[in-house]
Amino acid sequence: MAVSITGQGFIDPTQEPMQKEIIDDILARNATLPGGLMVILNELQNEIGYVSATMQQYVATKLRIPISKVHGVVSFYSFFTTTPRGRHILKFCMGTACYVGGAPQLIEKARQVLGIDPGETTPDGAVTIELCRCDGACSQAPGSDCRR
Amino acid sequence: MKFFRSHVLVSVDPKSLERGAHEVIDALNDELYSQGLIDEVQVLETSRIGDPLRYGPDMMVYPEGVHYTNLSIDDVPFLVQEHFLKGRIVEKFLEKEEKVQDEELGTPTPKELRIVLRNCGKIDPNNIEDYISEEGYLALGKILADYTPEEVVQVILDSGLRGRGGAGFPTGKKWQFARVSQTKTKYVICNADEGDPGAFMNRRILESDPHSVVEGMIIAGYAIGASMGYIYCRAEYPLAVKTMNIAIQQARELGLLGKNILGSSFSFDLEVRMGAGAFVCGEETALMASIEGSRGEPRPRPPFPAVKGLWGQPSNINNVETYATVPIIVLKGAKWYASIGTEKSKGTKTFALAGDVVNTGLIEVPFGTTLREIVYDVGGGIKDGKQLKAVQTGGPMGGCIPTEYIDTPVDYETLSELGSIMGSGGIIIMDEDTCMVDIARFFMEFTQDESCGKCVPCRIGTRRILEILTRICDGNGRDGDIETLEFLSQQIKADSLCGLGQGAPNPVETTLKYFRDEYVAHIYDKKCPAKVCKGLITFSILDGPCTGCTVCARNCPVNAISGERRQTHAIDPDICIRCGICAQVCNFNAISIN
Ligand SMILES: Cc1cc2nc3c(=O)[nH]c(=O)nc-3n(C[C@H](O)[C@H](O)[C@H](O)COP(=O)(O)O)c2cc1C
Ligand code: FES
Repeated sequence: MAVSITGQGFIDPTQEPMQKEIIDDILARNATLPGGLMVILNELQNEIGYVSATMQQYVATKLRIPISKVHGVVSFYSFFTTTPRGRHILKFCMGTACYVGGAPQLIEKARQVLGIDPGETTPDGAVTIELCRCDGACSQAPGSDCRR
Repeated sequence: MKFFRSHVLVSVDPKSLERGAHEVIDALNDELYSQGLIDEVQVLETSRIGDPLRYGPDMMVYPEGVHYTNLSIDDVPFLVQEHFLKGRIVEKFLEKEEKVQDEELGTPTPKELRIVLRNCGKIDPNNIEDYISEEGYLALGKILADYTPEEVVQVILDSGLRGRGGAGFPTGKKWQFARVSQTKTKYVICNADEGDPGAFMNRRILESDPHSVVEGMIIAGYAIGASMGYIYCRAEYPLAVKTMNIAIQQARELGLLGKNILGSSFSFDLEVRMGAGAFVCGEETALMASIEGSRGEPRPRPPFPAVKGLWGQPSNINNVETYATVPIIVLKGAKWYASIGTEKSKGTKTFALAGDVVNTGLIEVPFGTTLREIVYDVGGGIKDGKQLKAVQTGGPMGGCIPTEYIDTPVDYETLSELGSIMGSGGIIIMDEDTCMVDIARFFMEFTQDESCGKCVPCRIGTRRILEILTRICDGNGRDGDIETLEFLSQQIKADSLCGLGQGAPNPVETTLKYFRDEYVAHIYDKKCPAKVCKGLITFSILDGPCTGCTVCARNCPVNAISGERRQTHAIDPDICIRCGICAQVCNFNAISIN
């Protein structure tokens, strides 16, 4: 697979010395852990912010497992994303308590202010709107969570 | 020995130290010295005073028993002068009751009985000694010294404890099955995936009383003969993961986890594993697949986990609350626990109250408490004086219980008789403004999205149901839709692989059963009685109340509202997207929804 570069200067982390160091460290620490693939992917998602196709291939090669296995896991869980998201993530809870408590109106307002739909990123790469499952903060519903 | 007229205890817990407890103590001594009181008042260090969430340093003055809080060195001269020289209590620094109020827990109402939640908000979750001072790890000591594993299983059997993860399977029986499996390697797993929207009991236990879960799991490990345990926690709960990791570390340091626990021949260790946002991973076989590092897809049972579980080895899997209840049962005895609750459901259950109720938050009540008591006595009734419409229990695989059944005593059996389930304990209160068809659609959207796709009835069936429900909500419902929904529900229930599909039709079935007229109104009269479904409502502006303030026109995202200042405005129904923002911003209640 070639180095994949998409619209907003998205560079393949496995080719970036600093990022590669992080990835190699995560792999080294967890490679022999039973069931380590989930742990590795969780840490990659947290540290790098996404798990791109090239990263998946890199992980598969290092762990000596088929890339289909890695991709199967990445695509199964909603926490793993394959492309970078905005610098800020505006998450709205769509759990029952928040839904009943007025989350749809909040989301509508955010759509108007930012001009993007949930799942999209503003053109300047600043904000991504995401919908999520119950955050466990139901007694303060409706909830939203703003990261970074 | 010297005698002092007054003793001052200053808290030197980590939080207070960070905020200058030692400096405050030095300043106090200096000031007392310069005021000539150093032989009358003694300053002592003590551990945390009061609530762990509040900021120190705190100070207790005896014999008066006055509690001052949030002190800094600059306050000291004034405080010494006022309190010790002039003998006046300084209001400004007095600890105020409302400060310790816990938003989620509140003060228990008389109908509540807090057994599992007893330590939550009272002890410092990051300090194992706090837990130990509340008889923590005493149960572990007791069983390691005096009980055989069989006896431990017997205690849990006798207590009548049932799994708190939803299905209510007797915990003692589960342990017995895992115990008799003859292999060297066995696992204990804690299901902390709490995926039901509207439920947060497990999160609170993990964050506020992590050691009760650790202790419960060690006891389970001893009972079934396992030496390793996993806590599978959902990724949405980062604080819970952190707290559990600290708890495990501290338990290891004190020899409560690891090799030869408390000098016995029993060894056991724990590890936290994180999910990645898949609801189906709460299902036990899917959860184990996820720990193994695979896609979290369930597999048929039998074989049950007690026979063939994690990495093919016998495993015992229980919910967070189930494990957290174990230590106190061992301590206080099976008889005591079995004396609480109803005939078939023993003990207490935590519930997360949410939705249109006055006091949202966590509660813990004995089984057999009625829904009415939960909603009105504990929950304080419906918000804004509205009418109760339905109580939703059991999460997305549960059902909506209408007001007629509000006097039902809550236990595993009564809820399933009503077509709902206990689930993990989320209770969502819905008022008259809730559209039940829309709620059914909402839950179906959830299950359809979370269906792992492995079995056909669940993958495609939920999709078909969702399409029909969406159609009905959009105002395109057809004759025969209700019958199709009923047929599909039965099929999905009967043929799905795991509990997700088997429970998915519950919200549809219960709303069809109890709120059929709403479906009829949507399909045949093209009306949404609760005025929620966008396809079936129109917005208009009332002539009388409208003052022409232009607020609605300025806020309308699609410029559907026109009108001159101080003139009644009008909405163009062809442009209007029915977002409802005008109704929210109007200060004069001039927007009418039909
Ligand atoms: C779709 C689905 C989701 C589930 N989610 C949870 C959950 O979030 N937490 C939980 O403890 N049990 C959940 N369960 C139940 C578990 O499969 C299992 O019965 C439970 O963890 C056993 O623990 P217990 O005996 O202590 O109840 C779920 C089951 C299904 C079918
Ligand atoms: S439903 Fe939103 S936090 Fe629980």
